[in-house]
Amino acid sequence: MASRKNLTGSLLLLLLVLSCFQSAHALPAFARKYGLRCSACHESWPMLNYFGQKFKDNGYQLMNDRDAPIWQNPSYWPVTFRITPIWHRVSNARVAEDAVPGSTTSSTVEGRIESSGFDLSGLDFHTGGTLEKNVSFYVLPSSDSTATFHFETVMGRLDNLFGSSWLNVKFGKFELDNLLSEKRILTLTGNGGIYQTYHFMPVGDGNIFGQIGDNQLGIEYMGHSADDRTRISASLLSSSDGNVGLVTGANSYTGFFTGSQAFDAGKLGVERIGFYAMVGEAATFYQTSGGVPIPGSGIGNKGFSRVGFVGQFYFGPHFDIQVVTQHGSDNAWFGQGFGSAVNPSNGTTCPTSGPCGPNNVPGTVLPATARAPSWNGATFEAHYVYSPQLIFIGRFELERMSQQATVGTPSNLGNITSYTVGYRYNPFMTSRAGFAWHNEYNFMHQDLTSFYGNNVNSSELLIGFDFDF
Amino acid sequence: MRKKSFLQCSLLMSAAAVLALSLPARAQLSTVQLETWLNSPAATSHVGNITGNAKAAAADYRRYCVGCHGEMGDGNGENSPWLDPKPRDFQLAVFKCRSTPTGTLPTDEDLFDTIARGLDRSVMPPWNTFTKDERVDLVAWIKHFSPRWQNEKPGAPIQIPPEPEVTPERVKAGQEVFGRVQCWKCHGVEGMANGPSASTLTDDLGRPILPYNFTDGSRPKCGSTDSDLYKIFMTGLDGTPMPSFADNIKPDEAWDLVFYLRSLQPHNPFNAKEKQIAKQLGLKPVSPQ
Repeated sequence: MASRKNLTGSLLLLLLVLSCFQSAHALPAFARKYGLRCSACHESWPMLNYFGQKFKDNGYQLMNDRDAPIWQNPSYWPVTFRITPIWHRVSNARVAEDAVPGSTTSSTVEGRIESSGFDLSGLDFHTGGTLEKNVSFYVLPSSDSTATFHFETVMGRLDNLFGSSWLNVKFGKFELDNLLSEKRILTLTGNGGIYQTYHFMPVGDGNIFGQIGDNQLGIEYMGHSADDRTRISASLLSSSDGNVGLVTGANSYTGFFTGSQAFDAGKLGVERIGFYAMVGEAATFYQTSGGVPIPGSGIGNKGFSRVGFVGQFYFGPHFDIQVVTQHGSDNAWFGQGFGSAVNPSNGTTCPTSGPCGPNNVPGTVLPATARAPSWNGATFEAHYVYSPQLIFIGRFELERMSQQATVGTPSNLGNITSYTVGYRYNPFMTSRAGFAWHNEYNFMHQDLTSFYGNNVNSSELLIGFDFDF
Repeated sequence: MRKKSFLQCSLLMSAAAVLALSLPARAQLSTVQLETWLNSPAATSHVGNITGNAKAAAADYRRYCVGCHGEMGDGNGENSPWLDPKPRDFQLAVFKCRSTPTGTLPTDEDLFDTIARGLDRSVMPPWNTFTKDERVDLVAWIKHFSPRWQNEKPGAPIQIPPEPEVTPERVKAGQEVFGRVQCWKCHGVEGMANGPSASTLTDDLGRPILPYNFTDGSRPKCGSTDSDLYKIFMTGLDGTPMPSFADNIKPDEAWDLVFYLRSLQPHNPFNAKEKQIAKQLGLKPVSPQ
């Protein structure tokens, strides 16, 4: 009884605290520059709405002839940081563990591991904006939760070349032109905080370079109509999955192409449909020194592709559904694990996702049972926007293998089904800062991927303060 | 000493009273009044065959507009103190960009176009991301803020005669009009916004305001086409020192003035011919004399 009272008291206190927030007096970078509320550009921060997408497509400009920094107060400093203190409970089923704990000779059994506690997300330092009219930049040093930093985004861009909105170029490391942006995802859990469709790889596949959710190094052309109803883009990327130093991708490139058209649907809103296609090659053979692959020496390129449709469907001001589909295909060599013979992040150690892949040295032959793996995936994400301050999110993702890399492999090996639900409540909505009370639950199911080939379920419940300033 | 203080105080109060009286009157509206007007027939709009309803725009106004224009539509949103020019006060229902004579309310289509076009050199961006239905709803929403919409009808749009052919004579005649009606006093003899009155201009609320600079490549606030320019000086920009010249300039002369003003602008999609003619004529800036 006493504990129930304590719980009730705690909840009331929490509600009181949430209801007492006042607007802060500092500005996230773009809102501070233009004086627009977060909600003008974000369906719910950080996810862009149509106006925000147009702002981004214009090179972070409102196009009101006051975009150049010369019009800003000299004290204006376009920096925003974002971090999320959280509490989460993670449950992973069928984790391989020793039958006799501590024994090196014990047999392996599968068990569930549950853990919960307070934690931190990584820290993002966003800085971006115009250097001059139609010349802009974006730099995003980002850390993991231990404050180990890397450059998530570094780019310069030229917009409206020759006065045309159809001629815009960016150069550097940037997010691919995905309409459903993973970098602006509304969910934060380990599995729900990414789009599975953007990162799916068949079990045992060595091609890490086809992940459209990762920021990539390259150059992008983008064009759009003045009202952004029509958008096209084409990128030429190093096949490095965004890793620097030419450890991989030194001799291989990937193209990424998108196009979309929006339609005026009256009271329903603006609906958009589009497509994307990623077509690339990546190395499978690295020269060796002492038998160890030499970073940057990759050749023996093999192909891969990711193609799909995108839809953004609005049903009035409160409800929308976003859809991304994907058909993915990797060359048979990738399906057998070739492609990641060096760690793309530093060239020395194995990728963290698994053991080093094999090196396709001369004389290597594929098993007779090898074939090109392919799969289909889809992401459905629905939003109910009660108000700009409160949004409910529901996502359903499914990834289904259509052809395994090896004949005889169970057809459903590696299939993923993921459900994510949550809400974000912004106790205040100003142009000064962003703050969200975030609550989310993710459940993910993967077929036959446990140590003993059983299905694996995992789940995560997360509560946090997501804020930027 | 006390007498002197009293005198100073009286003078100060008198000055404040005069200043207050010279500003446009505005009643303090209550949320109850706004709620009433929200349900009135005036809180609808019509553009083409689309009928807008103010209530349907509430969510969009709150999401996109309220930060500048404020909950009460009085232009006192939270960002207003930092903005220049200030956001429009919808309670006054005084609008720059109209197709209607000076002093009258704009048509629904005028407001509809302004939302999509935005207002250059202000924080008001082009909101062309809305659907037409959403924009028409927003027009209705804007109208529910002011008692003027309850009591007045919009003015009748001015008649714009068909645009004549650009000729050297017309460009030259336009320059003559530019000098005669003294556009140069504010806009400068070369259209560079540096006329003798430029630095003294204020809007109807007493806030400093700059004339349009024809030479810096920026877009005119109320549209870039020839017809838009024609409308600007034949309707005036209400709330600003830019008057209507409908009584001083004949329609034919207004087109001449449009062509001359085009020749002052840097090259743009609308003025190739005017620029060429001005170059051939070797036009010199008008003389203040």
